[in-house]
Amino acid sequence: MKTYAYYPGCSLESMAVSYHVSAVEVAHLLGVTLVEIEDWNCCGATAYSHVDELLAQVLSARNLALAEKEQRPDLVAPCSGCFKNLYFANEHMLEDADLMDHMNFALEADDLSYSGGVTVHHLMDLFVREVGLDAIREKVEDPLEGLRVAPYYGCQMTRPRKPGEGLEDVEGPRFFEELVGALGAIPVDYPYRMRCCGASLIATSRQAALSMLRDLLQSAMDAGADVIATSCPLCQINLEVYQSEVNRELGTEFSMPIMYFTQLMGLALGIKPKQLGIGSEVVPVAPVLACRQSQRTAVAG
Amino acid sequence: MEVMNLLYAGDGKPPNLCVHCSVCSATCPAVEFMDHSPRMLLAMINAGMKDEVLASNTFWTCASCFACSERCPQGIHVAQIMYALKRYSLWHNRYPEGLVGPDFSRRFVKTILANGKSYEPGYAPAFIWEGGLPGLLYEMLGAVKLLRRGRLQLIPKKIKRVDNFRQMIGRIIPLEGIS
Repeated sequence: MKTYAYYPGCSLESMAVSYHVSAVEVAHLLGVTLVEIEDWNCCGATAYSHVDELLAQVLSARNLALAEKEQRPDLVAPCSGCFKNLYFANEHMLEDADLMDHMNFALEADDLSYSGGVTVHHLMDLFVREVGLDAIREKVEDPLEGLRVAPYYGCQMTRPRKPGEGLEDVEGPRFFEELVGALGAIPVDYPYRMRCCGASLIATSRQAALSMLRDLLQSAMDAGADVIATSCPLCQINLEVYQSEVNRELGTEFSMPIMYFTQLMGLALGIKPKQLGIGSEVVPVAPVLACRQSQRTAVAG
Repeated sequence: MEVMNLLYAGDGKPPNLCVHCSVCSATCPAVEFMDHSPRMLLAMINAGMKDEVLASNTFWTCASCFACSERCPQGIHVAQIMYALKRYSLWHNRYPEGLVGPDFSRRFVKTILANGKSYEPGYAPAFIWEGGLPGLLYEMLGAVKLLRRGRLQLIPKKIKRVDNFRQMIGRIIPLEGIS
């Protein structure tokens, strides 16, 4: 099948290694080849735009230029923050020839150039729209029967809206729910599925972030979720690693597993948990593993 | 007026189109931690209250979730205005004392300029005292947990062509300007 330029982003080399390994395993099983871009650099996250817009722009321009140089017109990013930065940096250059010139002047310093020939995809978009839910359903070997999954969209996978998108795309998308359904699990609706997790406020405005995390965890718990599925390393880290601090500081008792959607896909596709980076959590995911059909038959038999 | 002019250069419609419907404030998940709601901040900008605007913690409490921008019936890109105010206050070195955000953003940018990649422990000095001593101890225990699970790097990663990378950056902004 198709080959994509793969931009893992910094988090996937450290705090979110399990997102990286599960993404690669699942893509491979679905016949998609991900080729990591040679010598990619940080996308700038949100902090770069706090300091200088052009600086934020050139970081993404270099990554796009590297993908173009490798002649891979389709670039995929698993991190929602990286995706948003790469996507909009690309859009800005396509609509502003002066900006494109300015970026090319800077890129010259690294013997690079960019002509606008790359399309940026989020990893979930690749699986849902490019591979397709039917193809995924066909490959499910170990359906996640009865598992109540709260799909958490976060912010930057859907916002700001892309050219050609309408209100429905930013207020009421269903693709994550449909993906969860294709794995044999039950997608649960909850009001905060698109509300911010607090992002980098966990570092800069801690009380605000902890309160946002509490609201989000509570919302998913009230809907009876067994696990929250995320598509962004920062959301995952905030919700999982800081869950104990929410409990300690705000007097709650959450024990909500937070997994990458690729890990849930991998389990349903019959990939071994260890190959999906499962085992590096601080909130145990045992209840999720137990729901697989294979485990139930094992117990019943 | 200076702040208003700056905001005209951003994406979306200018802030003086605000009709004070408060959808931005009602949408904002962090509003209760802000000195002024997003709507109030727009009103202050429109009233030319530059000193009060820059003294507010509001834009440093914005998590860039873009919900307000999507919902503004007037097409004002409120989140971009928050970004613009962060940049403006960093350029002019004018922000309320005790805020972690400005230091955090500066450290982030410096780390990436040095290595081409992000490195989480490098930002810790900006915020490690946010939770006081118990918070610090807790943060350290958390770090040990992550280390044992292979989720924390001890050494920052570097891109290979870091010299070229820095020259590229130098064509955009003088490197000494942000150190």
